[in-house]
Amino acid sequence: MAFQSVPTRQPTRRTTELLLTVGAWVLGILATLQIGWATGIGMTTEMWITVGIVGLVAVAMHVVIRTRAQYADPILLPVATLLTILGLVMIYRIDVASAQRAERNNAPAPTPDVYAQLTWFAVAAVLFIATLILISDHRRLQRFTYTFGFLGLVGLVLPLTPIVGSTINGATLWVRVFGLSFQPAEASKILLTIFFAGYLVVKRDSLALVRTKVLGVGFPRPKDVGPLLVAWVVSLGVLIFEHDLGTSLLFFGLFVLMLYIATQRRSWLILGAGLFIIGASVAYFAFGHVRVRVDIWWDPWGDANNTGYQLVQSLYGLASGGLFGSGLGQGYPEFVPFANTDFIVAAIGEELGLTGLCAMLLLFAILVERGLRTALAVRDSFGQLLAVGLSIVMALQVFVIIGGVTRLIPLTGLTTPFLSYGGSSLVANWVIIALLIRISDRARRPDVVVPSVDEALTQVVRRV
Amino acid sequence: MNRPIRRVAAVLAVLLIALIANVTVIQVFRASDYRDRPGNQRQLLEQYDRERGPILVAADPAARSVDTGDTLRYQRVYSNGPLYAPITGFYSLVYGATGLERTENKILNGSSDLLFVDRTKQLFAGRQIQGGAVSTTIDPLAQVAAFTGLGAKTGSVVAIEPSTGRILASAQSPSFDPNLLSTHKPADIREYYAKLTADPDKPLLNRPIVALNPPGSTFKLVVTAAALASGEYTSDSLLPGPKTYQLPNSTKRINNWNRKACSASGVITLRDALAISCNTAFAWLGNQLGADALRTQAQLMGFDTRFEIPLRAARSTFPEDPDAPQTSLSAIGQFDVRATALQMAMVASAVANRGVLMNPYMVQEVRGPDLAVLQTTTPTIFKQAMTAANAASETEMMVNVVNNGTGSNARIPGVEVAGKTGTAQTGNDRPSVAWFVAFAPAKNPKVAVAVCIEEAGTAEISGNGLAAPIARKVIQAVLRQS
Repeated sequence: MAFQSVPTRQPTRRTTELLLTVGAWVLGILATLQIGWATGIGMTTEMWITVGIVGLVAVAMHVVIRTRAQYADPILLPVATLLTILGLVMIYRIDVASAQRAERNNAPAPTPDVYAQLTWFAVAAVLFIATLILISDHRRLQRFTYTFGFLGLVGLVLPLTPIVGSTINGATLWVRVFGLSFQPAEASKILLTIFFAGYLVVKRDSLALVRTKVLGVGFPRPKDVGPLLVAWVVSLGVLIFEHDLGTSLLFFGLFVLMLYIATQRRSWLILGAGLFIIGASVAYFAFGHVRVRVDIWWDPWGDANNTGYQLVQSLYGLASGGLFGSGLGQGYPEFVPFANTDFIVAAIGEELGLTGLCAMLLLFAILVERGLRTALAVRDSFGQLLAVGLSIVMALQVFVIIGGVTRLIPLTGLTTPFLSYGGSSLVANWVIIALLIRISDRARRPDVVVPSVDEALTQVVRRV
Repeated sequence: MNRPIRRVAAVLAVLLIALIANVTVIQVFRASDYRDRPGNQRQLLEQYDRERGPILVAADPAARSVDTGDTLRYQRVYSNGPLYAPITGFYSLVYGATGLERTENKILNGSSDLLFVDRTKQLFAGRQIQGGAVSTTIDPLAQVAAFTGLGAKTGSVVAIEPSTGRILASAQSPSFDPNLLSTHKPADIREYYAKLTADPDKPLLNRPIVALNPPGSTFKLVVTAAALASGEYTSDSLLPGPKTYQLPNSTKRINNWNRKACSASGVITLRDALAISCNTAFAWLGNQLGADALRTQAQLMGFDTRFEIPLRAARSTFPEDPDAPQTSLSAIGQFDVRATALQMAMVASAVANRGVLMNPYMVQEVRGPDLAVLQTTTPTIFKQAMTAANAASETEMMVNVVNNGTGSNARIPGVEVAGKTGTAQTGNDRPSVAWFVAFAPAKNPKVAVAVCIEEAGTAEISGNGLAAPIARKVIQAVLRQS
């Protein structure tokens, strides 16, 4: 070992990233061609332009990473791009199905969603690039911990305010400004994750203090339980006032898990689980909309033509897909209501089969795994907690929505990251990727100080 | 903090495995259960999402699939539903398919091996598989003539091209509208189906090829062929034609229709006996020839064979072991002799085609979705039913029936028509069946036709009165004379 030369530069793996991203883009082109052939509409000029824009946007993001975060994890961008492209492909597919159905019925052609989604992808890329440029070091975010916390809460409350707030499909999630509607909860989930990380880094020592032991598990001092209770109350508030089961679950789960990681105390998990059970029971007995969700989950066929319709149709779609799927363009994704938002996974499962669905789940798993790996590798505690938090947000969201659509757990309205039609979600998830890239760049960057030979031979990554 | 991060990672991995396991259960293990659930439209849609090929009569589709834009995408539409119902059958959500819709299903839905190349092409193009087309042998003018000729009368008509066996017409009355059984509204289908099954005239029965009736005097054509085949009789042979015929070993007698002797002298030539449909002469002749000779001749003409045209026709029968009086009754088409209209058209067809009986068929061609011909039916010989000389002799006798005998209503100016009337009793109290069997032109036959009117009244005249005019119209339609 002593004779081995010390590398002067850490490999950046940017070319790997570019090749993988181009690979994702080519897959998207093939999928678009397949839809054109299968549905008989061919490849329109609009779609060639769309494909071109997608390629340009992806390459632009790559170039910014190359110049601004050259040591970043090379897997994050291609995987997120591939997921976004898969989403665009399915949204396009469902557009085609809806248009053909309207044509048969001599109904006016519905507005295609794919171009709006493409626009949102471009917006997401702009925010992605802005994030990388503005935040040259993630540790600077820690300075604004409480500002982010406040903004995150405002985002949660905003839909309830009289002028801008709006209710769509029974959930008060939207804010409407200048004719544009977006879900501030998507921004809140990033802002609050930053807040949790900054807050917990400072407070974790006191939160880890043990006062009493019950059955060998140390429990925190009662006065330290306050923050957990606040998170619990806010989550319940979201559920009660905004009817948003998914967001409510997501925030509470995120906070409890981050608390556990920060303090290494399992007692927080037990307390969190206890509060969850209490909240869930109260919600089940007190609120009709929660009870309906649970009842549908328990027996979707009990009311298959009404409340259970979506879930039953989703299961039928998945079942008809089987192992290999009907093939892109050859199923009936339009049978499932909200096929391009909440239920996009059902459409993917129908046309791409179990094979395609598992591939998609593994892509999410890779994203989360790269996020957690970044958390393990980065040297500062704030960066660790932030990376973990962002990974958990993504993982929980994927589990809650896909578990709901596939009847593993009761259905809650959440978007599928990167896939679902909807701007707020796409933009927010790309900002999450930008933050992870920023942190991973920090984690893998060689020390600025020229290392001594001894240090260079030791592991570059320092464990905290 | 690395240990809790790894623990959380492990928990997230468990959640991922739970998702994959759950999706696997849905998409693999419970998939067939979900597919078969009554509320799942996809199974049906797969069938209804393919454009089923048309059933063509001449160049026009009698049945075709129309894009409705509904979730059940293609609906079967029958132009002139009741007219072609005995040929096309129906294609129903609730009751499955009948007729050519059933027998040619694999062609029509595109799954036949004949369509392998087309299917592969569509597969590579990623298009929906389209069904092939079935061209029938039906002559639309003949079919219309037969159907309108029947009108409100209960009965059926079959017309065959003698030289090939092509079925030119197969009509029935009452018929049904396959459109009403092929809608996409199960409740409407069930209601209409219940109405049809409750109808005592059984409109759903494929009368031309399934309804078995005693052929009555038209069976004398078979007896005549048997007599000629025996070599002991010619058209000029003299037969006894008394007023009544005492059945052997029985107290029963057979009368002629007018309760008179067939001639003043009491004897009559075979030619004249056929012309005036002399029962006593044929009852005697049947006994002279014997049941075996009659059965052999009947079988040569298609009795006792189940034809698939490709619709499955009923087997026409000659009694298995009749005694002497039963043989006499059988010789005049009574007792247990039963025939379909298709069968009697085949008898005429055998005589017309110089004794060569062709296998009857209804599907002329199978075509791909692009209407390119994939398969053409080649005419095949069923049997040499009689010698050409005997056929010529019987033809001459049948022309005589129309020109000088009971079949006067079938006469067509300028065309020599060969025919035979018939009336049969189906039971003691039940009304008779009127028949007319014919072919034309006698010298160069283009069409053989059998008309069977059920519940026609009791007089012998009804064969000529009711059935012959319909036969004449069908012949005129085929010969393009109107």
